[in-house]
Amino acid sequence: MFAMHAPDGFLEPPVAAVTAVLSAVILMFALRQSRRELKDKQLPLAGITAAFIFAAQMFNFPVASGTTGHLLGGALAAILLGPATGSLVVAIVVIVQALLFADGGLSALGYNVMNMAIVPAFGGYALFLVFRRIMPTNSGGIVGATGLAAAFSVVLSAMAFSIEWLFGASAPVPFDNVFTAMVGVHLLIGIGEGVISALAMAAVLASRPDLVYGIRDLDQEAFAERTRVSTRAFVIGGVLTAALVAIVVSQFAADDPDGLEKVSIEEGFASEATDHALDSSIFADYATSGVDNETLSLAIAGLCGTVITLAVGYGVFRAVRGTRREQPEDEPAVA
Amino acid sequence: MAGAHRHLLVHGQSPIHTMAPEAKIAATFLFVVGVAVTPREAVWAFVVDGVVVAVLMAVAGYRFGQAVARFAAVLPFVAFAFLIPFVASGEQVDVLWFSVSREGLWATWNILAKALLGTGASLVLAGTTPIPEVVRGLGRLRVPALVVSIVAFMFRYLDLIVEEMARMRTAMVARAHDPRWLWQAKPLASAAGAMFVRSYERGERVHAAMLSRGFTGTMPQLEHRPASAAEWAAAMMVPMVSLAAAAAGFALT
Amino acid sequence: MTPALVVEDVSFAYPRGPKVLDHLSLTVAAGQRVALLGANGAGKTTFALHLNGVLELQSGRITVNGLPLQEQNLGEIRRRVGMVFQNADDQLFMPSVREDVAFGPANLKLPKEEQASRVAEALAAVEATALADRAPHHLSGGEKRRVAIAGVLAMRPDLLVLDEPTSGLDPAGRRELADLLTSLALTQLVITHDLPFALELCPRSVIVSAGTVVADGPTPEILADTELLAANRLELPFGFDPRTVRRGDATG
Repeated sequence: MFAMHAPDGFLEPPVAAVTAVLSAVILMFALRQSRRELKDKQLPLAGITAAFIFAAQMFNFPVASGTTGHLLGGALAAILLGPATGSLVVAIVVIVQALLFADGGLSALGYNVMNMAIVPAFGGYALFLVFRRIMPTNSGGIVGATGLAAAFSVVLSAMAFSIEWLFGASAPVPFDNVFTAMVGVHLLIGIGEGVISALAMAAVLASRPDLVYGIRDLDQEAFAERTRVSTRAFVIGGVLTAALVAIVVSQFAADDPDGLEKVSIEEGFASEATDHALDSSIFADYATSGVDNETLSLAIAGLCGTVITLAVGYGVFRAVRGTRREQPEDEPAVA
Repeated sequence: MAGAHRHLLVHGQSPIHTMAPEAKIAATFLFVVGVAVTPREAVWAFVVDGVVVAVLMAVAGYRFGQAVARFAAVLPFVAFAFLIPFVASGEQVDVLWFSVSREGLWATWNILAKALLGTGASLVLAGTTPIPEVVRGLGRLRVPALVVSIVAFMFRYLDLIVEEMARMRTAMVARAHDPRWLWQAKPLASAAGAMFVRSYERGERVHAAMLSRGFTGTMPQLEHRPASAAEWAAAMMVPMVSLAAAAAGFALT
Repeated sequence: MTPALVVEDVSFAYPRGPKVLDHLSLTVAAGQRVALLGANGAGKTTFALHLNGVLELQSGRITVNGLPLQEQNLGEIRRRVGMVFQNADDQLFMPSVREDVAFGPANLKLPKEEQASRVAEALAAVEATALADRAPHHLSGGEKRRVAIAGVLAMRPDLLVLDEPTSGLDPAGRRELADLLTSLALTQLVITHDLPFALELCPRSVIVSAGTVVADGPTPEILADTELLAANRLELPFGFDPRTVRRGDATG
């Protein structure tokens, strides 16, 4: 919840500025790439799907016993429209919400766009491609891949926020606490996002599989028959996976991480030098003081940063490579 | 938090309402930047900024109760901000019955002040600028024309799509569907998927209609009155206050 | 005199799909009003989208007022053929009526004053001048339809193609539309299920079935052939007898 629509002042100005520049650069790329893919259809399609995302975010989905949640839609948009158009469209929604609806700080747009549009779209798309490889190539498999990608895109978003906190914390809450809380909460939120995204994808596949960017390189015949997706099995599978990730992640942020600490000492990884790496001035004092295990926190931050960069990068790479390879011979040539 | 985004326009004809949108947008943005870079110890700077926001909201025509209600989106973060002193580390001080972190208290103040001021400034902009004006303003601020056009299209079809979704919802409720739990959300999520397909197909039809009237890829430039120098001067006075206060705050802290 | 529209032997199929148009041929003389009738899925809309090159010609020829439909002529063809879509919301995509009607003239690269005068002229022709600064979302179905037509008229077309223009209109809206179309001295091709409307407006009717023309003649004759109508999923309204209808003005 806290990665969404953060207000001004949540992160320190240098982080706000750097993320703003990064987001702007990536969005410029996305704009151009989207144009290359859609050509003169880009304008009406992007506009109307932006309206769809905006509208979809307005509706409440039940979560538990009357509590409701909202679809974020970054990963779903990327899988349906491609990461370039998907990230662009969700970013526009986030920016408009800040400008016209006072939802999210204007000076926070850099990291809000990064966390809510860019990371989930590109990262989610990359995850989708990975999951697609291990799933059967039929409707059920694509639906599953979509659900898992969407669920973990939310976690990626939380990780991105935690890393931003490491550099720009505005309050004395240590990085590892923020990380655990954020990732933990978002593992739960991710379940909802994953289920809704998967079910929505199932509906799209049932009527117009040819529209889905994420399967355009696959044989359309495989989706002709509807595979019955069991919601319950899906939710159980999602929860189990999330639980597994949570257990692994919590090892890192635990106060007394016997297992990993011991291993790192024995193997000689933990040394005087690395213990003080977190004192480096690029990190916010607030985020680093009070951290229970500096070595591991730094390792986690590094790992997450690498994962996010890889995921986003892979998404970007596939987006560019995909266009160069495919020829538009499938469209009824619209002049 | 994404909720029901009702448009926040306050009806009226104040000087802020009639000001050219590009000046307003730039001024709001710069003012918020000024607030964001103000060191938190310079409490007086935030007070000055607060007075500016309050005055602007009054001029824009906000009634007190209406204004307070509109700050609602910031509530979750306000709640989080109040939690900080209790979970933060560092030197402890005693406040009322609690022992809280001193640094945490400063952090709470920092987040609250900036979040509320930023929201206030946004509310002034949103309250005085109708959507088509914002779109035009963005165009004049050299935001890429493609992005501006996409935003314009988004708003043109937003109401239609919201209405269609609401109709689908009504049809479901009419058949006694009242979901409470995630796994009961299947019809809603399927409706969302169907809605995406319909939206996409509408996009293709709109594209055909655009081609039919000669569209070749770029939207024609349409005219409107640009902001005058006087308007820019007046608008820029607002961020000057917050930026000057921030600079002074740095100098004095 | 050059016919307004000559369609010769046009066929079309969507990728991996069945043939939607099958050697369709049609000639429309200048100033004529022709009704295009047929069941849903007969290919009428697909055919319409060929007339201004939105769908690329796969086989056959189309000539608009003497100009062949080719890639290099698309701009001019799209000026000559004014397409009014079934769903007016698909066509009114600009934030205001004025900007929407100006879209065509702006794409024609006309100077600003000329654009403004075309907009005024087109809105006057459809009696929608008062709607100029309204947002399309807030218009009624009939108003949207009229503004859509204005948007097309602003390009001074030679041929007007209307896809189900009476759908979604209340009887008064229908009346207004009929009066409007009668007042326009343009060649018109009206795709419709509304048989009384076809009878009132169009002296000639063409029935399309499975992508080709299966009937072509004076509208009263076509409508009197109940077997032909039934074979094409068409039916006259209850109690409506085309033979007792007073023929209105006929052009062409």
